[in-house]
Amino acid sequence: MAKFKKKKDGELPQASTAALPDIVFMLLFFFMTVTVMKDSSLMVENKLPEADDIEKLNRKNDRVMYIYAGKPVAGYEKFGEEAVLQLNDKIAQPSELKQFIHAERALRTEEIIPFMVTALKVDRNANMGLVSDVKQELRKENMLKISYLSVKPAKK
Amino acid sequence: MAKRSIPEVNAGSMADIAFLLLIFFLVTTTIEQDNGITRKLPRWEEVPPIDPPVIKKKNIFTVVVNKKDQMLVEDELMELQDLKKAAMEFIDNGGGASAEGEKCDYCQGARDSGSSDHPSKAIIALKNERETSYSTYVAIQNELGAAYTELRNREAVRLYGAGNSYTIMNTIFKDPKVKDAALKEKLDKRLTKLKGMYPQIISEAESKSN
Repeated sequence: MAKFKKKKDGELPQASTAALPDIVFMLLFFFMTVTVMKDSSLMVENKLPEADDIEKLNRKNDRVMYIYAGKPVAGYEKFGEEAVLQLNDKIAQPSELKQFIHAERALRTEEIIPFMVTALKVDRNANMGLVSDVKQELRKENMLKISYLSVKPAKK
Repeated sequence: MAKRSIPEVNAGSMADIAFLLLIFFLVTTTIEQDNGITRKLPRWEEVPPIDPPVIKKKNIFTVVVNKKDQMLVEDELMELQDLKKAAMEFIDNGGGASAEGEKCDYCQGARDSGSSDHPSKAIIALKNERETSYSTYVAIQNELGAAYTELRNREAVRLYGAGNSYTIMNTIFKDPKVKDAALKEKLDKRLTKLKGMYPQIISEAESKSN
């Protein structure tokens, strides 16, 4: 009989891949929403010191202000061998902190300002002189809550 | 004329495009969590107070770090791993009475009359030089903080039972996902009480340069 095709002999039908794009899109949207793009690239070495008596810093609520410090990385040798500060995307002097704090405050609403926390991301090889200068400036500007960001030591 | 049907757009490569984007976001995402030692800086005084309050020497626990990252505790050289124990012994001594004249009834220290009177009077004075390395400084701050945390934990377990340590309660209290207001209020009360029992008093002298 020509009109009727012969039934395939017990072969499994191919799995439909039509839903694959949907699944992938779902994953894609998940990662797109959780991704936070870094706002500035680091120009300084930033290997945080180790500590275990630490608290989580909740950065979702926009209260955290970051200050980076460390030795300039390759490509920024013109700033010297000693540890320097990085504010946003440029190398700065401790005296420029005042301006930076005012700019950071201007970005936030009035209610948040008293609860602002300064997160110090300082390289473990930096010396305390720089950190002391930063703390001095913070005190002058009444930014008294600070957090020395650190990492948990690797388990032995 | 026979009706011609519009050919369907081939959606086969859609998955490939989506995969490409997915992989891009996978690679660029860093689920990073900031952890740190939180401290409060003292208020800035334009003019230093004329009359600094007199503090008995026995109520001060001095920690000095030099530029070679060596540590002097109460004028004696000490290794980092012994610092926490020494600090705890000092804070928990309870040799005398607090400013309100109360004895420390929860202290489990030696009650040595030559050491601190009361946890609320015990001051840890930390001094570092400009050349001290940051990693050493953070390690010392960490040990001192851990001494307070351990004492608070001990009292929390004693008062509220095992599983209610200070660390755990603090984590729950700070967690933004916990919305239970009654629970938060209860935790807040407990944490404030524990903090009152062992207030963290770390005083830092301005680092000197040579």
